[in-house]
Amino acid sequence: MAGPLPEGLMPSADGRLPEGIVPNSQTPFSAYVHVPYCRVRCGYCDFNTYTSDELRGSRRETYGETVGREISLARKSLTRVGDNRAVSTVFFGGGTPTLLPAESLVAMLDELSATFECEADVEVTTEANPDTVDSAYFDTLVAGGFTRVSLGVQSVVPHVLATLDRTHDAERISGVVAAAKASGLAVSVDVIFGTPGETLDDWRRTLDAVVGFQLDHVSAYALIVEAGTALERRIRRGDVAPVDDDLHADMYELADEVLGGGGLAWYEISNWARTPETRSKHNLAYWRNHDWWGFGPGAHSHIAGARWWNVKHPAEYQQRLEAEKTPAVGYEIPDAPARELERLMLGLRLSDGLERAQTNQAEVLALVRDGLLIDEAAQGGQLVLTLAGRLRADEVVRRLVETDD
Amino acid sequence: MSPRARTPLTPASTEPAKIRNFCIIAHIDHGKSTLADRMLQITGIVDERSMRAQYLDRMDIERERGITIKSQAVRMPWEVAGQSFALNMIDTPGHVDFTYEVSRSLAACEGAILLVDAAQGIEAQTLANLYLALDNDLAIIPVLNKIDLPAADPEKYAKEIASLIGGKPEDVFRVSGKTGQGVAELLDRVVEVVPPPAGDPNAPARAMIFDSVYDAYRGVVTYVRVIDGKLSPRQRIQMMSTRATHELLEIGVSSPEPTPSQGLGVGEVGYLITGVKDVRQSKVGDTVTDQAKPATQALAGYTDPKPMVFSGLYPIDGSDYPNLREALDKLKLSDASLNYEPETSVALGFGFRCGFLGLLHLEIITERLEREFGLDLIATAPSVPYGVTTEDGKVIEVTNPSEYPTGKIKTVTEPMVKVGILAPKDFVGTIMELCQSRRGALLGMEYLGEDRVEIRYNMPLGEIVFDFFDHLKSRTQGYASLDYEPSGEQEADLVKVDILLQGEQVDAFSAIVHKDKAYAYGVVMTERLKKLIPRQQFEVPIQAAIGARIIARESISAIRKDVLAKCYGGDITRKRKLLEKQKEGKKRMKMVGRVEVPQEAFIAALQGDEETKKKP
Repeated sequence: MAGPLPEGLMPSADGRLPEGIVPNSQTPFSAYVHVPYCRVRCGYCDFNTYTSDELRGSRRETYGETVGREISLARKSLTRVGDNRAVSTVFFGGGTPTLLPAESLVAMLDELSATFECEADVEVTTEANPDTVDSAYFDTLVAGGFTRVSLGVQSVVPHVLATLDRTHDAERISGVVAAAKASGLAVSVDVIFGTPGETLDDWRRTLDAVVGFQLDHVSAYALIVEAGTALERRIRRGDVAPVDDDLHADMYELADEVLGGGGLAWYEISNWARTPETRSKHNLAYWRNHDWWGFGPGAHSHIAGARWWNVKHPAEYQQRLEAEKTPAVGYEIPDAPARELERLMLGLRLSDGLERAQTNQAEVLALVRDGLLIDEAAQGGQLVLTLAGRLRADEVVRRLVETDD
Repeated sequence: MSPRARTPLTPASTEPAKIRNFCIIAHIDHGKSTLADRMLQITGIVDERSMRAQYLDRMDIERERGITIKSQAVRMPWEVAGQSFALNMIDTPGHVDFTYEVSRSLAACEGAILLVDAAQGIEAQTLANLYLALDNDLAIIPVLNKIDLPAADPEKYAKEIASLIGGKPEDVFRVSGKTGQGVAELLDRVVEVVPPPAGDPNAPARAMIFDSVYDAYRGVVTYVRVIDGKLSPRQRIQMMSTRATHELLEIGVSSPEPTPSQGLGVGEVGYLITGVKDVRQSKVGDTVTDQAKPATQALAGYTDPKPMVFSGLYPIDGSDYPNLREALDKLKLSDASLNYEPETSVALGFGFRCGFLGLLHLEIITERLEREFGLDLIATAPSVPYGVTTEDGKVIEVTNPSEYPTGKIKTVTEPMVKVGILAPKDFVGTIMELCQSRRGALLGMEYLGEDRVEIRYNMPLGEIVFDFFDHLKSRTQGYASLDYEPSGEQEADLVKVDILLQGEQVDAFSAIVHKDKAYAYGVVMTERLKKLIPRQQFEVPIQAAIGARIIARESISAIRKDVLAKCYGGDITRKRKLLEKQKEGKKRMKMVGRVEVPQEAFIAALQGDEETKKKP
């Protein structure tokens, strides 16, 4: 949830869904809960998150209660249009969800399960900062119904962690990973590459460490320098070197090689899993264009073709809900070409690819010839990116839509 | 001090003995307009209330830049020893590009005030104009201006001037245009020194056009100096170069606002209005005569202005093309030396190939187009007219590298200019180095006073049109001044260098350069484009070539990463909008073969070092 909110239409104040939005009961339904708190703001981060002194009267202690209000509002909105779907995945993201006591996360999950039914095999994930969690924390989560944790490791190299303003140290990480595994949670780690000053060898150290953890899931992200972040200002001032796209490409290729060597296969541009079963079901819901409701300030939702987003500031979010008003401040209903563009840009990110129907055949051939799409898959009617294609996925999407008109 | 004339003389009935025609020769910033302002005030023809700074400079650009582009004439009454005189002050343009117009202004005078800044001394263009005035046998009144300045060194510069024109340093007048000190005495001196005009009042009318300006309300206003005979209202006149005839709808003098009169007699200076709408019908240097009783012999010195510098002007926003055409059509009405024809460029779209008298002329026109017509323009690197003779004997004038013939070339000639540079003697070495690097041949060097030198070179015009003046200024801490005049042509070892993107020629970057400089040009342009053109989906070679021979090569490596690392729930709308925007952006790209180039990249490549020049 980076950057400013998009421009959109004004939602109805009582949380009524836009006219004509009728959910399909066959589409899986997910829930995202945003927790907008961090101990410190990392220099590269432009997520909707706040350190305690930025909060103007909204308090962490009552956050769960506020989210509870949006949960009942969502219930009302969906019931009104006859939607009774159970929740298939839940994801707590942030911010730093684990800055709240484990009990608070469990309480929010309880509220969701009580209000919406959860499917029997529901996947419940939380993001976690290694600084904020221990065995006891994980045990409480497991007991409360959580099934998965995604640890924000980022790097094991001290100077890289320092540039990223991360406060944990490399030694702590392996202990936390072991504790998470011991608790019975499925464990994933997030790592970042391309931090200014990070060399290919630094990155290899992080990848080797990650493979050494013997996990079933890893997310590896190229650092994005977002406008308005401290890191962007430091680069602009010349204090740190700008990111080098060619180095990023080398690092991505190295990641695919090392993670592949560790038994992890890519299934989305920035995600690797040991088996199809260990993929993140929640994140797949985004790429497969399923429905989800995003709870919390700045969270986005997608229901039956409509997309909307909540007000960003936690204090305003709280005030609106206390006044029984929707926290949504804008929505859009993308038209057919926009939806096709979304389908392409999301679906192409996956190793499953997408069906080539409706796309320009000549351009598909050109993309195969340029080494960006896998030939055999294309012949079988699926568009699947090659390694080079994954690095140039945006170009592939543009070329496929440009030739449409 | 002389009093203002109590009984001003009436135009058309003023005897030549009571007329004095003079001009002021001065460098930009040496205070000519301020001195003229004081004269207007002292002679009482402009009252204090309506006085504004630089009264005679009409265009915004003139007033802002402090230079005069178009000349004008003003009639001022003045009394000396109880006798009333009519003084005609003819304002002259101060720049080298307008030498022809200067020469016509000088030809309308019998005397010239040589005005020099007492803190800076004489400059190259002033010197060139002084020589022109001496050639025209004008009486010269040397004057040091700005003597009120703390930095003024009148003693030193009086000596310098005396050594140039003869006479004693004490004879050099000292005034302050700012305070008015010495201005009345100077006018007395004009009456005393400048000879009255001579001419035959009974001969067929002959008047020389020394300026012609377009006025949106009145059409063309033509400024003339009557040599022989008389011009009267309603008379039918004839232009001797074109034989075109017109009726004199209005005739009068400027004092300084246009004031109709009963005509203009021998030696008088004033304006004519005939209702024509285009200054080309009333050209500077032409002779006006009486249609009924025409003169047989036109006055000497008329020539058609010939463009010396060519450049393509393109609107940055392609949809402005019709507006650019309209703006050029309008400017042409008031500028006989501007010419242009449509041109198309792969890199820049639709525009016009324009011919200019010189670099300042180019700059002024571009600035007027941008300012008065609100256009955003890009100008291609200036080029000069080359004479290309092919193996089969065909001779082609090439003013645009795209016209350069592709077959075998026998010879190429380039226009030459005599360059005069004035600078403090400490800079002689660095100036000579610069001129030699631009293929200059030293003609001579002379000291003016003790510490300033005039250096004269014969140089190809093509070597000075681009950035010579900037280099000269920066190497001499701004002290050097430059003047040039055409001095024929020379054969030279010139070649056309093309710039190729993935094998496709990019027209706007072709240039005709000396063989020894071709490699350097190729390297600079290929490097510059490499920096400016975004990476593509494939490797893009950038080459510089002479014909089929590649002389420099760079390449832009293919892009390897074009993907956003994260695309989760909240990123989708933003990401989709970004892709939509990129798709729109592609429509604005210029295609050279398969290579997509943003127009800004071409513009930046063309501007190159010029960026710094625009912001001094």
